Amino acid sequence: MITRAETLARAAELRRYFEDAGAQPVETPILQPARTLLDLYGEDIRARAYVTSDALRGEQMLRPDFTVPVVQMHMAHGAEPARYTYAGEVFRRQEHDPDRANEFVQVGYEVFDRADPAAADAEVFALMSDVTAPLNLRAATGDIGVLMAAVQGLRTTEARKAALLRHIWRPRRFRALLDRYAGRVPVSQERQDLLAKADVRIEAPLIGKRSASEILARVERLRSDARAPSLSSGEVDLLDALLNVRETIPFALEHLRDIAVDLASIASAVERISRRADALASRGVDIESLPFEANFGRTSMEYYDGFVFGFFNPARPDQPAIATGGRYDALTRRLGQGTEIPAVGGVLRPGLMLELEARP
Amino acid sequence: MTIKLAVPSKGRLMEKTFDWFGERGIVLTRTGSDREYAGAVEGIEGVSLVLLSAGEVPRELAAGRIHFGVTGTDLVQEKLPLWEQQIESMTELGFGQADLVLAVPQAWVDVDTLDDLDAAATAFRAVHNMRLRIATKYHRLVREYLRHGGVADYALVDSQGATEGTVANETAEAIADITSSGETLRANHLKILIEEPILRSQATLWRSRTAEVAEADRGVISEFVERLSG
Repeated sequence: MITRAETLARAAELRRYFEDAGAQPVETPILQPARTLLDLYGEDIRARAYVTSDALRGEQMLRPDFTVPVVQMHMAHGAEPARYTYAGEVFRRQEHDPDRANEFVQVGYEVFDRADPAAADAEVFALMSDVTAPLNLRAATGDIGVLMAAVQGLRTTEARKAALLRHIWRPRRFRALLDRYAGRVPVSQERQDLLAKADVRIEAPLIGKRSASEILARVERLRSDARAPSLSSGEVDLLDALLNVRETIPFALEHLRDIAVDLASIASAVERISRRADALASRGVDIESLPFEANFGRTSMEYYDGFVFGFFNPARPDQPAIATGGRYDALTRRLGQGTEIPAVGGVLRPGLMLELEARP
Repeated sequence: MTIKLAVPSKGRLMEKTFDWFGERGIVLTRTGSDREYAGAVEGIEGVSLVLLSAGEVPRELAAGRIHFGVTGTDLVQEKLPLWEQQIESMTELGFGQADLVLAVPQAWVDVDTLDDLDAAATAFRAVHNMRLRIATKYHRLVREYLRHGGVADYALVDSQGATEGTVANETAEAIADITSSGETLRANHLKILIEEPILRSQATLWRSRTAEVAEADRGVISEFVERLSG
């Protein structure tokens, strides 16, 4: 059994290692205003974070991760470029799996640097890879940016693209929308009746805050969506081909470049992957055997919008990742109140690392 | 030691539960004054009656303080994560049927499905700078249902009673509540989404997996189980 003291000692060691790599150590409060997290993640965060409250400050959450407070701190008064490291407990509500910890120690490394995003991606990945190297973990990488670029390049309405982009992290709804836009789902009788009416009247009493004009505006949007041509099956097939890319980086790049011939919008995102691969190689990462999965990182409720990675114990697929990270430029935009900065980071779980090392 | 059976302490649910046991030769009665929550069991030895609010039965079963209890599936699934590990369903009692459903104003002619609700919620947030509020007391079940359905941009607000009125009072835009006939919903100008309900519930007899049973009571338990399943 690994003691708490051992975990904290290991966390301190890792943080020192990141300080030596050039990061400034930072601390963040454990209690976070619930509002920021609710604005970012919506109601889903309540299933993952512990909420508490008092009459003065209202709802607060026990920090479910460090990234959000570190970004806020940097956006408020950080110098540029900046590298930060931290170590401490995070808290995750668990309702399904009693074996998953609801409190554990994380150590992180975050880079805020405009100069060379590919190099910053490689820097974070290589550091995480170095400190976990003795554990023989399975690495996974992906890039949410390719999928976003693919959606932006679809020949369809802006409204449909916006809806798909909003649901990139919810694969089920994303698929349902795609099927609907491709005309693969029959239109319900209720909907056909509504759209057939020359002029829609609201007969039931109007109750609640959603106004008649909002309802009628949506009916208009439904009408114009019904008039829009279906997404071609060729484009849906290309998206599917993209989502199914799961190979080592050199083969994945070859495959993605093939797809980019027909789906030109992803070309620059694919070149970013290529530049990142070069940067990784120059940091000594063996990219010939490094996997790339286009679908990786979509199901975790996260804010990553570019490079994503994870390191897993191959013997314990049921366990959460021992290290994870990625690029979150959009998060800095949302928390930056008008400013933004490219950012990438990763976190480690020293407790899981110690458990793995203790195994005979 | 006796075997403890908990049943809802008031209303139609209590009466129907008493009838159901009565048909199987086990007579449950409330004793003392109308206000006193005490009860008696006749027709089987070694079983005592505990009168509880239906909402407390799941917790008491999970804690092992009672051996058997009658309450709705909705309350069990809302209140007990991993409920299958703590209690087991013995038999459905055939009454108290109700569905947990999502309902929106009838005036929302553009909203029939979860897909619509998601689109309406996103537009609502853009206009009102707040998330579309759904009033409910079933927070866990509703949140999981909406997460599974991929609906974002909503907020749950707590409503422990008269939930159907929250939309007219402008404390919520939609509701999630238990309904059997849908009559109260209609009377409050609400309509149910055309989707599978979040949950189909009915009054059910549950058995605790955690309650301790003294050696001497094992016979009582088998007799009780046999009489009720026969």
